[in-house]
Amino acid sequence: MSDAVLELGHAPLGSRLSYLDAGRTLWSWLTSTDHKRVAILYAASITVFFFIGAGAIAAVRLELISPTGLFLSDDAYNKLFTLHGIVMVWFFLIPSIPNTFGNFLLPMMIGAPDVAFPRLNLFSWYLNLAGGLFTLYAVIAGGVDTGWTFYTPFSTMFSNSHVLAAAAGVFIAGFASIATGVNFIVTTHMLRTQGMSWFRLPLFVWALYATSLVLVLATPVLAVTLLLIVAERWLGLPIFDAAHGGDPLLFQHLFWFYSHPAVYIMVLPAMGVVTEVITCFARRRVFGYAFMVYALVAIAAIGFFVWGHHMFVAGQSRYASIVFSFLSFVVAVPSAIKVLNWTATLYRGQITFEAPMLYALGFVGLFTIGGVTGLFLASIPIDVQVHDTYFVVAHFHYIMVGGTVSAFFAALHFWWPKITGRLYDEAWARFAAILMFFGFNFTFFPQFVLGYLGNPRRYHVYPPEFQVYHVMSTVGASVLAAAYLLPPFYLLWSLARGARAGDDPWGATGLEWRTSSPPPTENFLVVPVVTRGPYEYHEKGDAPAAERRIHHRTQSQP
Amino acid sequence: MSEAAALREPWRSLPRQREAATLGIWVFLASEALFFSGAILGYAFSRYLHAHGFLAAARETNVWFGTVNTIVLLTSSFAMAMAAQAGDARLRRLSLVSLAAAVMLGLSFLILKGFEYREDIEKHLAPGAKFALELQGAALFFSFYWVLTGVHAVHLTVGVVLIARLLLEASRRELPLSSPEIQVTALYWHLVDIIWIILYPLLYLAGRA
Repeated sequence: MSDAVLELGHAPLGSRLSYLDAGRTLWSWLTSTDHKRVAILYAASITVFFFIGAGAIAAVRLELISPTGLFLSDDAYNKLFTLHGIVMVWFFLIPSIPNTFGNFLLPMMIGAPDVAFPRLNLFSWYLNLAGGLFTLYAVIAGGVDTGWTFYTPFSTMFSNSHVLAAAAGVFIAGFASIATGVNFIVTTHMLRTQGMSWFRLPLFVWALYATSLVLVLATPVLAVTLLLIVAERWLGLPIFDAAHGGDPLLFQHLFWFYSHPAVYIMVLPAMGVVTEVITCFARRRVFGYAFMVYALVAIAAIGFFVWGHHMFVAGQSRYASIVFSFLSFVVAVPSAIKVLNWTATLYRGQITFEAPMLYALGFVGLFTIGGVTGLFLASIPIDVQVHDTYFVVAHFHYIMVGGTVSAFFAALHFWWPKITGRLYDEAWARFAAILMFFGFNFTFFPQFVLGYLGNPRRYHVYPPEFQVYHVMSTVGASVLAAAYLLPPFYLLWSLARGARAGDDPWGATGLEWRTSSPPPTENFLVVPVVTRGPYEYHEKGDAPAAERRIHHRTQSQP
Repeated sequence: MSEAAALREPWRSLPRQREAATLGIWVFLASEALFFSGAILGYAFSRYLHAHGFLAAARETNVWFGTVNTIVLLTSSFAMAMAAQAGDARLRRLSLVSLAAAVMLGLSFLILKGFEYREDIEKHLAPGAKFALELQGAALFFSFYWVLTGVHAVHLTVGVVLIARLLLEASRRELPLSSPEIQVTALYWHLVDIIWIILYPLLYLAGRA
């Protein structure tokens, strides 16, 4: 039978075996190159890392209830926040959305049977896991106390902790990132189905594409930087050693050349998720599709040229600082375009507040606060005041937790029915979403005040007048912890007892909803042909009318 | 050995698969270029700070080893290009001979490099307690010398293993000559070669003009 016939015909129901039925043994999972199964492997490993990183910071937050500390030594305190940073950045946030939802959805959204290099995809998971195990070894062997930034000369000459193992772990995990980036770029170029032109791609695909460019071009610089650290610490080559004429500032330049774009690795996929969710639950075409695309690519590109704003007080040339400050303002423009377009997408929409939408709207608000405080920090005079204080901590947690983690949960709820074939309990999910938003702000807003008042980050003890803000933050963190613990329960419950989802429970437009839930191993039993743009929830120039409202299936379930 | 043997999931046609493999390796090479440029930037920055010490230190490297190795590597790149082109033209014998030549030349480079390293260590050119040079910046030069040539040698070793594998499989007729793997390995090998062409003047010719 030729493809042409298949396109017209309907798939026989009998052959609809899902990817979950392709093998039930652990071995079948560990050796599967199916992008959907690799996505599940990644989801399992990053969930473990997430709770390790969260546990470490829970201890730190408890400790900070008292100005003089409660139960940790100074050393243990340093090691715990370092563990939190390293694990959360490299083993949760960087792989979070791209390697789980990106892996699962990218081929489906473009109508492909798999990613371009399926074996490389599985290999990247093993690399990430190996990197994680190195890092865990560093923890068990006694911990690392350099902070996630590995600054020299402390990391190379003075720290007595397990820097080498941790650096090796991050180095290895970096190659997992590069493999994923290469895979996604080639998949997007080469495997789009018939009719899926570049400007018909869902914005989540564009976001993954832009992210992949950053992954491929920034991660190698981190790898070589860590290699130089290893060369100095292990082989005694004095690369950053001032006594031999080396310059520790060179390390910071190299490190932030990766680590600032890394923020965009974390947030661009989140922006993609939020676009999918907001259009679906507002029943609205996205406002300004082309500008959404340009904004994603612009953020990825300009993001490479702002790293110096981390070094305003490190002694870099003032002219360099002025240029980096200016460019940091410039990168806010495409971000602002995106916020404007999400808001305009809601205008005249038929908005409903299912859990994914609550998370997505939370993202827009929290990302905006994080972005605006980012502009404060891009202004040199303010940065001199609040540099290395809790203000910075609050700022980047608004982007990474308020932004990326919110979007991660939006994606988890939005695509859960597709991935598992089951519907979760909407009431519990909405409750968790609201609790998470509340707990998050309760935790991190006081830290803006703390930082502005001058409490430095990473200090074990602090003056007693700051205690009220630390206690507020810790109480908020407990609420946040409760909100994070809820989804595992009701989502796992839904696996056993949840209602069957059907192909398209949300009435969404993407190609991934045009196949069964959970999808068959080959994704589509007929080759999909695309004839329209990605978010055609209504006629162009029109608005979704109330009487034509498509109710989501969860709402009509008994 | 049929053409279809080279076809892998999720591809439906060999030309498309080749195109994808080639695009994939180019993207990876861009990544590799940034990997090396991080270290080369460190070299450039340190040389700018300590021009005198850097050039004095560069004169201590053995330019003969460097030059002969450059010739060896350029020749191996020629052999590899020949292997890929001959594979495309289905000239089996020429392709296999060229692959073998590329492996031998790659190994020769590594062996020569090993002799050079031994000489460097005997002359106390490895930074540390017994380092031979006193000028400020000399230790930095040799730090970058060891890191850059070391990382390059690792890349070269990977390349030799990959080409040897191609040679083995192709000679047993397990790998069709039209497989994208030959083309892709050739591109990787050329990058390793090009990086050496950049390292050669930076590490051997600097300070000798």
